Amino acid sequence: MSDGSQGSFARVLAVAAKEFVQMRRDRLTFAIMVAIPVMQLLLFGYAINSDPRHMRTLVEAGDWGPASRAVVEAMETSNYFDIIGRVDGAEAANDALVSGQAGFVLSIPPDFERAYARGERPQILLDVDATDPIAAGGASGAFARIVSEALSPETHQVDDQSPVEAIVHRRYNPAGRTAVNIVPGLLGTILTMTMAMMTSMAITREAERGTLETLLSTPTRPIEVMAGKIAPYIAVGVLQTGLMLVLALGLFNVPFLGDPFAFAAAVSLFVLVNLSLGFLFSTIARSQMQAMQMTFFVFLPSILLSGFMFPFAGMPGWAQVLGNALPTTHFIKAVREIMLKGAGLPDITGELWPLAVLFLVIAALALSRYRRTLD
Amino acid sequence: MSEYAIEVRGLTKRFGDKTVVDDFDMQVPKGAIYGFLGPNGSGKTTTIRMMCGLLTPDEGQGTALGYDIRTQTRAIKARVGYMTQRFSLYEDMSVRENLEFMARLHALKDRKAVVNAALEEYDLTPRAKQLTGQLSGGWKQRVALAAASLHNPGLLLLDEPTAGVDPKARRDFWDRIRKLAAQGVTVLVSTHYMDEAVQCDFIAFIAYGHKLIDAPASDIPAAVGLTTWRIEGRTLSPVYEALKTAPGVDQIARFGSAIHVSGKDPEQLEAALAPYREQEGLEVSPAKTGLEEAFIYLMTGREGGQ
Repeated sequence: MSDGSQGSFARVLAVAAKEFVQMRRDRLTFAIMVAIPVMQLLLFGYAINSDPRHMRTLVEAGDWGPASRAVVEAMETSNYFDIIGRVDGAEAANDALVSGQAGFVLSIPPDFERAYARGERPQILLDVDATDPIAAGGASGAFARIVSEALSPETHQVDDQSPVEAIVHRRYNPAGRTAVNIVPGLLGTILTMTMAMMTSMAITREAERGTLETLLSTPTRPIEVMAGKIAPYIAVGVLQTGLMLVLALGLFNVPFLGDPFAFAAAVSLFVLVNLSLGFLFSTIARSQMQAMQMTFFVFLPSILLSGFMFPFAGMPGWAQVLGNALPTTHFIKAVREIMLKGAGLPDITGELWPLAVLFLVIAALALSRYRRTLD
Repeated sequence: MSEYAIEVRGLTKRFGDKTVVDDFDMQVPKGAIYGFLGPNGSGKTTTIRMMCGLLTPDEGQGTALGYDIRTQTRAIKARVGYMTQRFSLYEDMSVRENLEFMARLHALKDRKAVVNAALEEYDLTPRAKQLTGQLSGGWKQRVALAAASLHNPGLLLLDEPTAGVDPKARRDFWDRIRKLAAQGVTVLVSTHYMDEAVQCDFIAFIAYGHKLIDAPASDIPAAVGLTTWRIEGRTLSPVYEALKTAPGVDQIARFGSAIHVSGKDPEQLEAALAPYREQEGLEVSPAKTGLEEAFIYLMTGREGGQ
């Protein structure tokens, strides 16, 4: 009887029951299995918005009057634009776009009001940071309609001809190519993935296989073990960066306009953050499997909330706060600014210091935990 | 410098609320082979780790090779060879790569010469290029010993080095340990095997974190104070069953065609054996109490006491 089909079913049940017992023992794996779908659902449901509104906008007013005021008010009521202030001169406007302080700059040319009153159809210019075509698309597409609707009631014009010429200037990525925007983001996510995962697994492997005990039974100091284990992965990170850069520039014609030194600084700092993150994971994980799962737990939000796949500006406030706590967010911003907008070191300090803070916090946590795990 | 390679007093280690090692004293004379016996989970590994500076004791103090086990752990690590219970070299590296790595960690001079000499000494030269993961248990253990003694340590701590190794490899391993001891190396070795325990100069027996006895190996049976008789014959099963619960019999064990019966009280034991002395086909004779009897007696006594 026991080798009949009934017996076979009983054995399948036995294996399945055993699997559940083991699942319950590995609490971390179980927690991650539950947390990942919940996290994904919440992020996709609440945080991600591919038609972002409330874009940060500056006004460079060469002239100011009723018509300008009507346009600016209409822009605000449309929800697409949040007017955050004024800038003086084209250079300041440009700086604001390069550093990412604002995504849009509305320029009202001198003599705009008089030309408008005379019906000369003056131009009004919207400069757009179009590095991310999706993020910029909705607002810049709506601009012409908003302007026309704002001014039509005053002129009582009935024909389709708008009383001013609304010009949208898509900067940094005029063709709206996604590759141009994706490549810096991809560099960030790939470095996150490999750096954090490889270090956490490499260190956990020593503990899992018992070789860490051999290392520590020699005069080698724990800090020497740590430094020696991490150093090779810095080289791996540099190799990966170089490889991706060559492919991006060669195959996809992604521009590299900015300062290579600023780029090197951003990459180095980012690699350090991820290595320390991997090191922190290795002090928590008891197996390589767990180390991998923990990396994944950070990797997912790094894809979704960093502005890599979905516009950062489109996310609600709480999601932006979460996103700002992720190193990838700051790295991607910095690299886009350097490569696409030609930024230099001073322009990206706003992204470098959060990375430095994250590095210090994570490294301190990892070190304090590492000391404790030895005893 | 003291005459002891290891001298510890009152060592205590707790993990959470569990006391793994409790008020442990030990003195290991220089140049001795010191056997460290006890059931699984009795705290042997934890004690060894405290002695080589891998763990900090919660209480107690001591020295290894004259260095304080609390404050001079790096000096200890540089002079002690530690062989872990589980093979803990890199299985995806070759024998030579593993030895060279260990030589570099110890910052040895003339690395290549040292490694070549070790390969020769342990007959590993033909296998130098093999990955250690592909070696059998006996060979792995030999590589591990070579790695642990590469820096000429004055003290070797071997944690169950022969677990899962075949008898021939075990014998070969003990030949090497005796050779090292003859060169003046002190060896502390934990084991389950009585035939290995017999080879030690001194033995300490630890159970559930407490030391039960420590004495020269040859003194231990006498120190435990057991009397042992041997019964030989063909139909031993009924005898075994009857004696198991008889008064005066503290321990009974079967060895093929013989039974060893031991007891603390010689008169009571003889009384229990009396009915079998005249029985046809059975031969009852006095026997020497062995280490194994002594230890099983100590262990069962300890369990009963808890």
